[in-house]
Amino acid sequence: MTGTRDIPLPTADACAPVPVSARSEVAGTGASGGRTAPLLHVDNLTKHFPLKGGLLNRTQALVQAVDGVSFNVLTGETLGIVGESGCGKSTTARLMMHLIRPDGGTIAFDGRKVGAIEHGLSHRDLHRQMQMVFQDSYSSLNPRLPVVMSIAFGPFVHGLGRSAALKRAMELLQAVGLDPLLFANRYPHELSGGQRQRVNIARALALSPRIVILDEAVSALDKSVEAQVLNLLVDLKAQLDLTYVFISHDLNVVRYISDRVMVMYLGKVVEIGPVDRLYRDPRHPYTRALLSAMPSMNPRRRTVEAPLSGDPPNPIRPPSGCRFRTRCPFAEQVCEAVAPLLLAPPGDALRAVACHMSVPKSGHSRAVAAVSA
Amino acid sequence: MADAAVLSSDPALALKRAQQGQSYWRRVWQRLRDDKMTLAVIGVLALLLLMVIFAPWFTVHDPYVGSVLRRLKPIGTPGHWLGTDEVGRDLWSRMVYGGRLSLLAGVVPVFLALLIGGFLGILAGYVGGVLNSAIMRLTDVLYAFPSILLAIAITGILGAGLQNTILALTISFIPPIIRISESITTQVRHLDFVEAARASGAAPLTIMRYHILNNVLGPILVYATSLISICIILAAGLSFLGLGVTPPSAEWGLMLNNLRQALWVSPFVAALPGVMIFITSMCFNLMSDGLRQAMDVRL
Repeated sequence: MTGTRDIPLPTADACAPVPVSARSEVAGTGASGGRTAPLLHVDNLTKHFPLKGGLLNRTQALVQAVDGVSFNVLTGETLGIVGESGCGKSTTARLMMHLIRPDGGTIAFDGRKVGAIEHGLSHRDLHRQMQMVFQDSYSSLNPRLPVVMSIAFGPFVHGLGRSAALKRAMELLQAVGLDPLLFANRYPHELSGGQRQRVNIARALALSPRIVILDEAVSALDKSVEAQVLNLLVDLKAQLDLTYVFISHDLNVVRYISDRVMVMYLGKVVEIGPVDRLYRDPRHPYTRALLSAMPSMNPRRRTVEAPLSGDPPNPIRPPSGCRFRTRCPFAEQVCEAVAPLLLAPPGDALRAVACHMSVPKSGHSRAVAAVSA
Repeated sequence: MADAAVLSSDPALALKRAQQGQSYWRRVWQRLRDDKMTLAVIGVLALLLLMVIFAPWFTVHDPYVGSVLRRLKPIGTPGHWLGTDEVGRDLWSRMVYGGRLSLLAGVVPVFLALLIGGFLGILAGYVGGVLNSAIMRLTDVLYAFPSILLAIAITGILGAGLQNTILALTISFIPPIIRISESITTQVRHLDFVEAARASGAAPLTIMRYHILNNVLGPILVYATSLISICIILAAGLSFLGLGVTPPSAEWGLMLNNLRQALWVSPFVAALPGVMIFITSMCFNLMSDGLRQAMDVRL
C-alpha cells in the first residue's frame, strides 16, 4: 500500500535523480538534449463546461474551456503557460491535477496513463507525484488550522504518523524560508501574502512531488515579494530536482523562470517552444501581439498602439477554423475554413505553431516557403 | 537545507508546540474569557441548570402538593416568597421543577436537530448534485410550514406528552438547520483549500472531517444556540395549547396557561413563569451572540 510508504525528506540527497522513462519521444515537441523523455504527456485534453439553465436545468450551451490541448512536460524543465484570462490556463492546470474530470483526452505521467486500469497510475499516486500551488494564497489555506497543520495534512493522509507529519511540516517551513518556531502555529490571517504563498509552496512540496503546477502562484504578490518567491522557487527546483508547470499572465516572469513556453488562446495551444526563441522570434500572430504588448523597461520600446483590440470571442461559440481569426490582422479565407494544426514550422523542430502562415502550401497567401531538405 | 541545524534552536520544544497546536477551540475559549457579558450569561445558564438538576436542594415545598387554603398568595408571602398558584402550590418549587421539563424540551430537540440536520446539510453541501437536490427539496417541503404549525400538527397526530413534544420540535427544527449547514458547506467547499486537500489525495470523508467540519461547525453551532430560545418558547406554547406536557406536571408554558385565569387576581404571580422563559431564552440568545464573536477567528 502506498499509504504506509515512508516519504523522503526534501533534502538534496534524498531526492535521487528522477529515472528517465523508457518512453519514446513524441514527435514535434522535443527539447534540446539531456533528459528529454516527457515526464508528463498530455494528449488531446478537452473540457467543455455545460452552461445549465431554463426550467429543467438542461444544458443550454457548452463553454469550450479547454479544447484538444496536447503538450509534453520534460523532466527537470519549467514549462510556462501564458495567455489572456479565460484562455483555459487554470482549467488545464486543474485537469492535469484531476481536480476536475476531463471530457476527453489522456494524461500520462512518466509513461503511465492516469486512471487507466492496465498499468495505470491511480489518482492517489498521481497526487503524490504532482502538486499544485494556487493563486489565492488566502483561500487556499484553511483559516481554521495553524499553517503547520495545513502542510502536515498531505503526509498525514498518506500514512505518516501525526508527529512525523508535523515534524516534516516544520522542516518544510524552514525550507521555504519561514522560521518554524515563529510561524508554525500561526493562522493564515496572521501571515502576509508572501508568507502565505511560501506556506502554500511548502504544502505542495510536502508529498515530495516530482512536478509542481504553479497556477498564477506569484501573480497576486507585489513585485519585491514576487521576486523573492520566484527566487525561492528557482532554488527549490534545483535542490529538489523538480519540474514546474508555471502558469502566468506576466510575460516577464514567464521569461525569467521558464525553459519552454506554451501560449494558449481560447482553449487551444497556439504556439509552444523554447523561451528564448519564442520571445525573440514569435511565429503565431497572437504570440507576436502578446509580446509586443509586454511592458518594457526600455523607454525606446514603448507600446505605441494596442497590438490587439477587443476581447477574445465567446468560448461558447468560438469562431470556425482558426479561433484567433476574428482578431488576426492576417486572417484569410483558409483561416475561416480550416482549423490549423499545431505543427513544427519548417526548419525548427523544437517549436510548434498552430497557424496557416507557418505551414507551406496551406492556402494562405503569406504561407512560408517549404525548407528544402 | 532542511537539516538538523535548522531546528537546533530547540527542536523538541518546537515540535511539541506544533503537536499541541494552539488549537482553534482553545483560542475561542481565550476570547470568550475576555467577554464578560457572555461569561455572565453562561454563568446564569449554568446556575439555572444546577438548580434544575438539583431541584430538591433548592426548594422547600413539594411542587405537586398544594392546599386550597393557600391559593394565589401574592409575592412576598412568608414561606412562599414567590407566592402560590391557583391550587396553592409553591410557585418557586414549581418553577424550579418546571425548569427540568422546559429546558429538556428546549435543548434536546435542538441538539437532535443539530445532529440530524447538520449531518444531512453538510452531506448535501459537500456531495452536491442529485443528493443535494433530494435533501434540499424535501427540506423545502417541511420548510413551507411555519415551525409552530408543524409542531402543532405533529403533536396533534401523535398526542400530547413530553416525548411527542420533543419529537415534534426536533422535526420542525431540522429544516432550518439543514438549510444553514448546506449553504455554509457549499460556500466552504468551493474554496481553494478544499481543492488543495483533494489535490493531496485525501478521501472525501477525511476532507470533511479535517477541513469542512471545523469551518462549518462554528456557524451552525451559533445558529443552533439561537434556536434554543425559540424552542423553549415553542415548547411552552405547545404546553399552553394543551399539546405538550400534561397537568399536573410542572412546566413553564403549562404553568403560564394555568395561571392565566388568575391574571386579574394576582398578575405578578401569573407572569412569573413567563419571566423565567424570557430570562432563559434571552440568556441563550446572548450566549449565541458571544459565541459567534469568539468563533470569528479573523477578528
